[in-house]
Amino acid sequence: MELLGQSPDTWLPFVFAGLMGVSILLYVILDGYDLGVGILTPLADDEQKRDMMVASIGPFWDANETWLVLAVGLLLVAFPAAHGMILSTLYLPVFVLLVGLILRGVSFEFRVKARAKYKALWNRLFFAGSLMATLAQGFMLGLYVMGLEFTAGTILFATLCAMALTVGYAFIGAAWLILKAEGPLQTAAVAWARRCVWGLAGGIGAISLASPLVSPRIWEKWFSFPEVLWLSPLPLASLALLALLWRAFAHLPAEGDRWAWVPFASALGLFTLAFLGLAYSFYPYVVPDRLTIYEAASAPESLMIILIGALFVVPSILGYTALAYWVFRGKTRALRYD
Amino acid sequence: MMDALILSRIQFAANISFHILFPTITIALGWFLLFFKLRFQWTGDLKWMEAYRFWVKVFALSFAMGVVSGITMSFQFGTNWPGFMETVGNIAGPLLAYEVMTAFFLEAVFIGIMLFGFSRVPGWLHTLATFLVAFGTTMSTFWIIVLNSWMHTPQGFEMIDGVAHATDWWAIIFNPSMPYRLAHMLLASGLTVAFVIAGVAAFRYIRGDRKEAVRSQIRVGITFAALLIPIQIFMGDMHGLNTLEHQPAKVAAMEGNWSDTDGNTPLILFALPNSETRENDLEIAIPNMASIILTHHADGAIPALDEFVTEDGTVLHPPVDKVFWSFRVMIGTGMAMLLVSWGALAFLWRRKPCPETGTERRFMIRHLPKPLLWALVPMTFAGWVATLAGWYTTEIGRQPWLVQGVMSTAEAVADVPAPMVLSTLLGYLAIYAALLFAYVGVIVYLAHKAAKDEPLDSLTPASGEAVVDAITREDRGLGRGAGANLQPAE
Repeated sequence: MELLGQSPDTWLPFVFAGLMGVSILLYVILDGYDLGVGILTPLADDEQKRDMMVASIGPFWDANETWLVLAVGLLLVAFPAAHGMILSTLYLPVFVLLVGLILRGVSFEFRVKARAKYKALWNRLFFAGSLMATLAQGFMLGLYVMGLEFTAGTILFATLCAMALTVGYAFIGAAWLILKAEGPLQTAAVAWARRCVWGLAGGIGAISLASPLVSPRIWEKWFSFPEVLWLSPLPLASLALLALLWRAFAHLPAEGDRWAWVPFASALGLFTLAFLGLAYSFYPYVVPDRLTIYEAASAPESLMIILIGALFVVPSILGYTALAYWVFRGKTRALRYD
Repeated sequence: MMDALILSRIQFAANISFHILFPTITIALGWFLLFFKLRFQWTGDLKWMEAYRFWVKVFALSFAMGVVSGITMSFQFGTNWPGFMETVGNIAGPLLAYEVMTAFFLEAVFIGIMLFGFSRVPGWLHTLATFLVAFGTTMSTFWIIVLNSWMHTPQGFEMIDGVAHATDWWAIIFNPSMPYRLAHMLLASGLTVAFVIAGVAAFRYIRGDRKEAVRSQIRVGITFAALLIPIQIFMGDMHGLNTLEHQPAKVAAMEGNWSDTDGNTPLILFALPNSETRENDLEIAIPNMASIILTHHADGAIPALDEFVTEDGTVLHPPVDKVFWSFRVMIGTGMAMLLVSWGALAFLWRRKPCPETGTERRFMIRHLPKPLLWALVPMTFAGWVATLAGWYTTEIGRQPWLVQGVMSTAEAVADVPAPMVLSTLLGYLAIYAALLFAYVGVIVYLAHKAAKDEPLDSLTPASGEAVVDAITREDRGLGRGAGANLQPAE
């Protein structure tokens, strides 16, 4: 099968890198907001608010996390050589991520099903799990940007990224709550989001500056003429979104719930722009400066059979995901089985 | 200090053993929930809705445990076993991708509607969500069993430069052991859940919870267990014959047959296989029985372990004692299942006078003998024991191969330092032990709590808050289904 006169060996790895990128972006946004809500739970000043926070993500978290399984699955499936190299290098952070995801995933259930006296314990584990998973993801992102090398400098940078991502997820979590909550919880969420947005902007800025400084190749890709011209919309749009947020926070919480969608939509935009920047910096590498997507790709016949399935299945996944968001639309109410 | 290979194997075994406990529950429990939901819709009897609401909580909990332990495994392929995907990734990759695409998203999205959507969506959509969750777990079973079976009986591929390339997807998916293994696992899940439902309900009954819903659940559990166990025994036998054809070394280990190649092989009931002397110690056996079971002839020859040692002394058969004993634990548990379920059904089947109606009736739990009722309680765990023992038999039985005849387990392991693997292994073990304890504890607690509840007398949500919520939602023009769902279907 030929596409634009290219053989499948050329375009299949590109398509799969794209699919994996979309999965990672969807994961970061979707699980980002529910991990963020988890990180914010200790800030809730009463149990009713905390229940409402968990209720706002209860019907969604599982599907959100499935995008991670798909992203790792695509890495495993499409770029097996890179999968092994990346994951065995990141052995311990992956362990921390998994323990975090285990703890928070089961805490959703245990905190409401176990004896009331254990609820506080499961609340703490829910928070701890959300925090561990987020720190691990930020740490891994930082190490990846630094070329998967362990030195004092890269570990320091990775630690900064871990903290930045924590603030970033807390921000998108607060933005989600502004959208889904009302009354005192919404007011509290506005305050949380206001505090977090600067951490998020700082984190994105730090990574944007660090990656070209670390890699001459990335410097070359961004700061040569005329690339710098058509790349300028990325930082400019980010700044515009920050300005929009500034205005929104001047009004929030507003009468008739106006402006409530702005923080989440801006977060979506900021995460997407940051992601596009990273993707541009690292293309065509899947392991920075070591292994390109073309070198790491699986056999074309195996990729083709997945692609054919994906063309049919992914639209229906998106369809029924939309159905779930529609069923649980509007302001969050208590989660009930009856 | 153990090496990274054995530590990685223990870690993966611990992980997958912990994981399989929960899919074993959810695969069949999804269908049981659909059964309860449909029984309720057809009969309007609220006892079925009571059963649904109790077991949907167990489902939610088990599902969460399955999801998080499953994610862990998908990462461990990369962290500990990179050689696996590098060699057979072209086959395993698409199968795993299809599992994620056709099963994981389906379950993950619709479980939200199934758990929390009862009063938000029309009744048919809630039933459809319940169906799609059950269907999703079954699809997931299908794809993962396809991959697992292919690792036991690989076909439909060619090796180019040490990497497997698919040549025939139909042959890969419908590999020789797949239909047997899939049926065996689905039945195992059905039996596990049948005994869990009967066992938990029996526990509630013994504790004095005599609601109609509880008695019905004991009946449902016993009936399904009694129906499924003979099919499972038949299926297990077929699966064994299939293994004899494709993995003779595994069968030799299951039978503990070291050297007997000329037929008339006895069935060993008890023995301590000794890998040093390559003989069995303390053997108790029934003459000729293994030959009869496996070849249907008293003098039929079955494979012997000595046939799988090469001239230079390389052992190409699995560790015998583990396979031998896992197999016997599985068979023993299966026999206990047969005894308890048929025994209980035999008592329930007899007509007894019913003082309330003045007629003779069947299926009265009060006529179930106490010892049988009590036996149902520990049998709650029978499915887990048999399933684990069965998987140990087949997986340890494949060693030293990871993919039978294609790559050995040792070839796949990552170059990660042993102390690092040991530290994560201890971490996982601690978490799994704590979670298993919490899981069983919560189910016991849910059973206690349900025992204190009044029988369900209407579908109106119990708290005033929810009623207000439902009414105001109508006012706001949201959720058409809510009003209709608040009335029990007559």
